[in-house]
Amino acid sequence: MTSLLVIIVLVLLAVALWQLTKIFDLTQVGSNRDSSEVATDNDNNIQGYLMFGFLAFIYIFSIYGLFAWGGLVLHTPASAHGALVDNLMNISWVLLFTVQAITQVLLHYFAFKYRGKQGQKALYFADNNKLEAIWSIIPAVVLAGLILYGLYAWTNIMFIDDEDDTVVVELYAQQFKWTARYAGEDNVLGKANVRYIEGINTLGVDMSDPYAQDDIVVSELHIPKGRKIHFKMRSQDVLHSAYMPYFRAQMNCVPGMVTEFAFEPVYTTAEYRELPYMVEKVSHINELRAKKSIDIVAKGGTALDPYTFDYLLLCNKICGASHYNMQMKIVVDTPEDYKKWVAEQALLAQQVKESKAAPADATATAGATTDTVAVKDTIAVSVIAKK
Amino acid sequence: MSAEAHDHGHDHEHEHHHKETFITKYIFSTDHKMIAKQYLITGIFMGIIGVGMSMLFRMQLAWPEESFKIFNILLGDKWAPDGVMANDIYLSLVTIHGTIMVFFVLTAALSGTFSNLLIPLQIGARDMASGFMNMVSYWLFFLSSVIMISSLFIESGPANSGWTIYPPLSALPQAISGSGLGMTLWLVSMAIFIASSLMGSLNYIVTVINLRTKGMSMTRLPLTIWAFFVTAIIGVVSFPVLLSAALLLIFDRSFGTSFFLSDIYIAGEVLHYQGGSPVLFEHLFWFLGHPEVYIVLLPALGITSEVIATNSRKPIFGYRAMIMSILAIAFLSTIVWGHHMFISGMNPFLGSVFTFTTLLIAIPSAVKAFNYITTLWKGNLQLNPAMLFSIGLVSTFITGGLTGIILGDSTLDINVHDTYFVVAHFHLVMGISALYGMFAGIYHWFPKMFGRMLNKNLGYVHFWVTAICAYGVFFPMHFIGLAGLPRRYYTNTNFPLFDDLQNVNVLITTFALVGGAFQLVFLYNFFSSIFYGKKAVQNPWRSNTLEWTTPVEHIHGNWPGEIPEVHRWPYDYSNPNHEEDFVLQTTPMKPGEEVLHH
Repeated sequence: MTSLLVIIVLVLLAVALWQLTKIFDLTQVGSNRDSSEVATDNDNNIQGYLMFGFLAFIYIFSIYGLFAWGGLVLHTPASAHGALVDNLMNISWVLLFTVQAITQVLLHYFAFKYRGKQGQKALYFADNNKLEAIWSIIPAVVLAGLILYGLYAWTNIMFIDDEDDTVVVELYAQQFKWTARYAGEDNVLGKANVRYIEGINTLGVDMSDPYAQDDIVVSELHIPKGRKIHFKMRSQDVLHSAYMPYFRAQMNCVPGMVTEFAFEPVYTTAEYRELPYMVEKVSHINELRAKKSIDIVAKGGTALDPYTFDYLLLCNKICGASHYNMQMKIVVDTPEDYKKWVAEQALLAQQVKESKAAPADATATAGATTDTVAVKDTIAVSVIAKK
Repeated sequence: MSAEAHDHGHDHEHEHHHKETFITKYIFSTDHKMIAKQYLITGIFMGIIGVGMSMLFRMQLAWPEESFKIFNILLGDKWAPDGVMANDIYLSLVTIHGTIMVFFVLTAALSGTFSNLLIPLQIGARDMASGFMNMVSYWLFFLSSVIMISSLFIESGPANSGWTIYPPLSALPQAISGSGLGMTLWLVSMAIFIASSLMGSLNYIVTVINLRTKGMSMTRLPLTIWAFFVTAIIGVVSFPVLLSAALLLIFDRSFGTSFFLSDIYIAGEVLHYQGGSPVLFEHLFWFLGHPEVYIVLLPALGITSEVIATNSRKPIFGYRAMIMSILAIAFLSTIVWGHHMFISGMNPFLGSVFTFTTLLIAIPSAVKAFNYITTLWKGNLQLNPAMLFSIGLVSTFITGGLTGIILGDSTLDINVHDTYFVVAHFHLVMGISALYGMFAGIYHWFPKMFGRMLNKNLGYVHFWVTAICAYGVFFPMHFIGLAGLPRRYYTNTNFPLFDDLQNVNVLITTFALVGGAFQLVFLYNFFSSIFYGKKAVQNPWRSNTLEWTTPVEHIHGNWPGEIPEVHRWPYDYSNPNHEEDFVLQTTPMKPGEEVLHH
């Protein structure tokens, strides 16, 4: 079926092409048929008008695009610094659209207006220092403004003040999954290195570090609204990138080093879902999904679940074959809900202890194997200790 | 061979009588014109593969849940069982598409073709400074192409860690299928490629400096030559750094060193690497990677300068400003690489510095764009296909360049980094623009290369469909990028959040398929015109430059007699002191004629 479609499309394309060349050929009739393959007055005329038409195409396509797809673009930042980013973005867009609108008109209009005629001579206009100065200085001044604003914003966002009352969270990346570690009550993360990875301690936390005793490890990120979250990122295998588009936040996770990013969420998940633009977006997505489900059900599959909005943490640096599905849900809670949630989580230290005890219990009934397991464990621990 | 060279070498007038075998003429040729054609045809072949790959992965992105028989036919049962594309091979296609288009087509084929063809012809030289090195350069390029293509056929699949091959992904075969033999072949191919590129570049530089004919001062060089010359310098400065990065990566992969790797736990075990940093690789890679953009773009801009001036029948506006901006771009291009790494984990202070230098580069770029537009003003435009592609280049160069102001700003880059916004930006500003430059060059100099003309009506069809499709593909792509859609995702179906972008993806793919299919028009035109095109006259575009003073039939040594002497700059179009609207560079100044440009 598809191959048939492909063939039909190809045939149609060939016909269209043949027709197009035919049209160009027909336009030659009457004019001096010239076989040199160099543009004639007639060609210049037609191509000049097409240039003008192309200008119309660019304009119409751009305006259509703004209406049709403008709504898809990320909206209302969910973080405090996001407003600064979006503001700079909007200023840049106004500027870029102005320059784009003017230069494209000039370029294509000139191409139309000054289309050539035989026997005519162009204006000999080789240089003009004033003009050159104008279009060096104006961009320079405008760019200076953008650079200054950009640097101001960048400094504000990237230089994290540790004095602030922040919540320290570690984002841990591995193929193809995210994990988060909370620093606990002391707000200091315990030391960690991949060489400590063992059993349930998949993040390689050094369990002998006093700071590690109150650390919490979870696979769904909860953060409180209104407090600055200080993310410290690690990766255990390849480069990943922690991308949180609604928070205007992104930072690579690099094996062998800790990278940082901080932001303050300003909408809880519940609040963000209620934003009018998001309500509209979600209902639009659900319409699309409902339509698609009809097809799927017809083919005997199960219908797609309706979609509700959640903040996401995506991987945005190619990290392997399943890169396209490396995500973690982010929930922004009210400070009270967040406190409650944290209180419900088990401490890593507790989990590690239990997991060490559990196999021992299980094997105790099985008999003599217990000892060897225990011996292996102690060897592993002593190897780590030596390092 | 050497005896023959002695017999005829001293007397250029007779050199074209020198008897050539098929092998010395068409295969191991040292004639720059033949080498240019070899580069072009190899490049076109690589281009077909590179563009064809993009068609496949665009289909996958538009219809991720469909199966296509063509996938199975082209990719085989392992990578596309029942016509469903596997995720590894999707990444391979993306990776090899990028590698082929950036390096093999837009670097080697673009520079290789036009620098080789035009440098000796436009500066008035019999050949390159070293014809032998030129030949070796081409054959190394050919060899690296063969190795790159051969990596498509190995069992574990070609490299698939992205064309930027960031370690550790590219260093660890455990991490992804293509990082085994596929990556080894990629690295070997690129190392040979770089050797080829360096030989070519050195040759271009030496030739331009030493072999200019009498009267051809640096400020009488056509802007094409300036562009090729500066491009070669950038290549010589930056390609060795990529070579060193590739070598260090080979060391890490094969000999257990830790230049780029540290603290890695993969496939259930801790690896021994300690103390290296992937960020170091990123620095080394982008120290080439960013200048590479200009290695691709400057020749295209050089070609455009020449084509726009000739077809406007008007001097290029601001000749000296154009040279200055080429030099400024070349200089700045070597100190902006960090804007690819704002969120790589490097010190944010560096981010500030690179934002500053990056946005500076917009100034010389703006000068170039405005100068092109002013050149059109009050011209007598001959809208030949080459001219259309050049105007198209200025258009996409502006559209794509402007979004660079967003990406170059570290603050704004945070959220659009590695999204489709970036893809849209660089495809317009360097991909499409450079391809347009290459097409403009082919349409313009085809008569010089093959002695025949390309069919102009097919050229027009080719341009208009390509122009509409290029915008059709890349304009909507900005929006899905701004919606936060990451690049290099094999499918977006795991994110209901992106479901509303699917229609846009279908539209993009439709434009891509149509645009891709219409390149067949060009291929047909190109290959049939080599044999059946209309015979070209000596100077079909009534151009000023020296290459059009050589005979249509190629001869060794380019000019049958003495090399002509140059008396004026190359842009004396519509000079009021002359009857004709063009004045060959070889025309002596009339008594009392003043130089009209500055």
